Parts: sequence; structure tokens; C-alpha cells
Amino acid sequence: MDWIDVLLVVARVVAVFALLMGVCTLLVWFERKVVADMQNRVGPDRAGPWGILQTVADGVKLFFKEQVTPRKVELGLYLAAPMLAAVPAFLMFMVVPFGRPFTITLGGEERLVPLQGADLNVGLLYVLAMSSVAVYAVVLAGWSSGSKYPLLGGVRATAQAISYEAAMGLSLVPVVLFTGSMRISEIVAAQSSTLTFLGWNIGFPAWNVVVLAPSFLIFTISAVAETNRAPFDLVEAEQEIVGGFHTEYSGLRFALFFLAEYINMFTMSALAVTLFFGGWSGPAWDGVLPAAVSALLPTVWFFVKVLVFLFIFVWLRATLPRLRYDQLMTLGWKRLIPSSLVWLFFIGGALAVRRFGLPWS
Amino acid sequence: MADTTGTGPLGAFFKGMAVTGRQFIATVFGKGLVTTKYPQEMREKPQRFHGRHVLNRYEDGMEKCIGCELCAGACPARCIYVRGADNPDDRPVSPGERYGFVYEINMLRCIFCGLCVEACPTEAITHTRLFEMSTTNRADAIYTKTELLVDEEGRPNHMFETDRLADFDELGEADGWMRATAPQGRAAYEGQVSWSGSAGVGVRPPEAGQSDLPEEAGEGDGEDRA
Repeated sequence: MDWIDVLLVVARVVAVFALLMGVCTLLVWFERKVVADMQNRVGPDRAGPWGILQTVADGVKLFFKEQVTPRKVELGLYLAAPMLAAVPAFLMFMVVPFGRPFTITLGGEERLVPLQGADLNVGLLYVLAMSSVAVYAVVLAGWSSGSKYPLLGGVRATAQAISYEAAMGLSLVPVVLFTGSMRISEIVAAQSSTLTFLGWNIGFPAWNVVVLAPSFLIFTISAVAETNRAPFDLVEAEQEIVGGFHTEYSGLRFALFFLAEYINMFTMSALAVTLFFGGWSGPAWDGVLPAAVSALLPTVWFFVKVLVFLFIFVWLRATLPRLRYDQLMTLGWKRLIPSSLVWLFFIGGALAVRRFGLPWS
Repeated sequence: MADTTGTGPLGAFFKGMAVTGRQFIATVFGKGLVTTKYPQEMREKPQRFHGRHVLNRYEDGMEKCIGCELCAGACPARCIYVRGADNPDDRPVSPGERYGFVYEINMLRCIFCGLCVEACPTEAITHTRLFEMSTTNRADAIYTKTELLVDEEGRPNHMFETDRLADFDELGEADGWMRATAPQGRAAYEGQVSWSGSAGVGVRPPEAGQSDLPEEAGEGDGEDRA
């Protein structure tokens, strides 16, 4: 590990950061456009071609706005909360691979550059941990604002996060069992072959979703809840609690919450793609296409898949009314957690049988 | 969860998603979108649009207003203030005996009902299809003769000369409301010109597309039309 390796790590981290900023900017615009289309509206179309710079304009506006600090806030936590929202959002994406690792020769040595921030051996646990930390931001923002609506939002966030964190964690266990690894690059690698059914190679990619469809469903539902998006956006619920936890935030501090929400949405989509739809794996046609194109193609597949999920996120938001609080709890504790436990039991049993044979044989 | 669709919660979910999905596809393919990009493109307004008023002139430049104050009397919002005066002998303003010496409309009070247009015996006051009348103070919203009276070309003042928002072509068309309620007017006479020419635009054409009268409507009105 010489200094070039260190530089490469820094470059990767910066690249992921820049990617997330860019994606967030485009995502806000994408959401507004798609929701507008679903409501027979035009949507933003003034700033730049097709209004694509609208988010930039909004960002600049938020930069220059006054950051009002109400008198009753708990200042330290009040200031820390937006950062606590943004930082885990960035960190969470660090373990998600968004392209095929490639080798370059630098300083007389061949070096493998994985297209991901860090390839942790506990990648999946890390993701769950980071998404739990992100909840603290909402809770602390709600509490430190010293005002009733944010407090209600914070309380809702606590309950919602605990319920859906459990369901989400349980829905990911089958993936770990099935792949035998928590390292996300290995989870992707395990899905890059094609599926064999009854001894026949049917040519369909060996995505986890084929075997683990119930896990995928539970993961998707709890991912929507985890990112506090409609129909699970009780935390901010404009109509009931005036924006919830971010009522007292303005200017750049609000922008950080906003940024975190959209990055989380992107990360959750990326995770769904990575864990259940093969991540960046896809035909790269090595040798047929120029090497540079082949190296880039997996990244394109990744983003195409993620885009589908982002569209579904937006679609849900444009369609579904917000759940009532008790409905949210019912769905979490009485439907998702039991069903994911049953499914976990079933898949665990099936895998044990595959590995050790039937207990009576 | 109350299920009113009879399809169960999951069916209702897909039903809802299908609705937004359909609308999305429709909008992407250019159907269902009714928005016009207003400052750039103006929607065509209906011919009987009740926009801001103008005071017309005859083709020789004489003012049509005779200062009779019938419009002010008819106005339910009482936003019109008229004072007539005798025409000066050497330089008459209108063909009649008197002319509108003061003419003011408070556009903040006006309800654009068109009763003044109906009441006017000389078609002096008519609606236009101009509607951009925002001002930054209340005093500017009181239109005086300066703003209301059209110039020799038939164009009202106080229209932002360089502004593309003002559609000058529309001024050349008849105010449909006045046409339908012209002095001898029944709605069945829409297709007929029964009004005097105006400066700038000449005799405005009758309301388009409505002159095809049904036969039975034309029966009893035969002598009127001849």
C-alpha cells in the first residue's frame, strides 16, 4: 500500500460523493417531472433544458436564505441534526458497488480499482447500521426544535424506524444466508451468472429476486418506510404536523435534510438493485465492444436498474395516500415482521436441507 | 381499511397505480396536458370574452361616446363615472350634441358584467379581450379617458407598446357580447352587422361561426332581416 493506493481510495470516495450530489440534483428534478406527468402537469421547465437545472436554482436559493434559529431550540443538537442526516446518507452508499472493478497500471504496478467507496466484509450490516443512525437525525431534529409539531414528527420517526428497521433487517437475512456473505461485492458476484433450473441453463440472470421474491417485497416496503417517503411519510406529513421534524429548519439546514432524503431514496434503490437484481452485472460483451465501453457498460446497467426503482418510488408517491399511524404499525408489526420471520424460517430450512440433507435420511 | 372498490386492499393498490400510470403515459405522449406556457403562448380567448373596456371612435376619428351616462346608470358595481359636456362648436369631439368629458372606470370594482356595453346606445364602450391589467397601486387601476379612449388606429393606450402580451389583432375583431345584444338585437342576429364602423378597424365582422341560423328561427324574423 503506497501513496498511490491512498490516492486511489481518496479519488474513489470523492467520486462517490460527487456522484451522490449529482444524482440527488437530478433525482429531485426527475421526481418533480414524473409526478407532474402523472398529474397532467408540465412540471419545472424554466431553468435549463426541460427545467433540468431547477434543483440547482433551488439549491442556490436555499444557500442564500436566512437560517432562522427559533429561541427555544436546544442549539447544539439543533445544529447537529442536519449534519447527522446528511453524513450517514453519504456513508451508506459507500459500500454499494456501481460498476465493474477495473485494473489500471499506475507507478509500474497493476492496481484493481473497485467502483465503490469501500468493500467492507460486513457491508450489509454497515448499511443497516447507517440507516439506523440516519433516524437519529430526525428524532433529534424533532426534539431539539423545542416546538410541538417537530416533536410529534420525531416521535413518529422513532416508532416507524424501530418497526421497519426490524422488518428490513429480517428481510435481508435470507440474502445473507443464500449468498453466504455480507460483502456486497460478493453478493453481486453471486448473481452474475445465469440461472439453472432442473439442470437446464434457462439463460435468465441468477438474480436473488427469483428465489427470494418475498424478501424483496418486504425489503421494498420497508425501504420506502425507512426513507420516510409517501405513503409512509408520517414523519413529515405536511397536512397534519406542518412538515414534522423540519418545521423549524430553514435555508441550508433544511437543504441538508432534503439532500439526505433524496440520497437515501437513491441508496435504497441501489441496494434493492444490488441485493436482488444483480447490481451492475449484465452483458458487457467483452471483446466485442471496445474495452472502455465494456468497462463502462456495467455502470450503465446499474443506473438503468436503479432508475426503474426510482420511478417506482415516485410512482408510489404520486399514487398512494398517507397511512394512518395505526395502519403503519399494523403493517409493520402484524404483517411484515411475522411474514419475514416465516419466510426466514422457510428459507433457512430449505438451505439447511440443501446443505446437510434431510434430517431423517 | 374500508374497502369500497370490492377488489381488496391489494387490488385497490394496483387499481390506483394503474390510474397514475395511465395518466403518466398519456402525458408523456402529449395527451391530457392542457397547460399553455402563458407568457410565451397565449390561449385563444372566446369571442365574447369580457376583458378591459375601450372607448371607440368612428372611422373619421370622432368619439362615439355622447356622455349620456347610461353605462354609469347600468353599472351594478357603480364603478363608472361619466360627465358629459356640450361639444364645442368649432371643434366637435363627437358627432352628437354632447360628448363624454370625463370617463373613468375603476377596474378594481368592475365585475366585467358587460351591462355598460349593453346599455350604450352608440357602441362607444365595448369589451376587448385584453386582460392584463395588473397595477402596482390602486390609483393606476382607475382607467381614465386617457387609457380607455382608442387612438386613431383603434388601439387603446396604456397597453405596453412593446409587450408581446398585448394581442393587437384581437382588437380588430368584434366584441361578441355587444354584437349579440345590439340595439335591434336578439341572439339570432349574431351573424348580422348592425353596428357602426370604428377607427382603425372599420366595420368589424360579425361573430364568426354563428351566422348559420336554424330555419325555424329565421321564419318569424324575416322582415327584420331584410
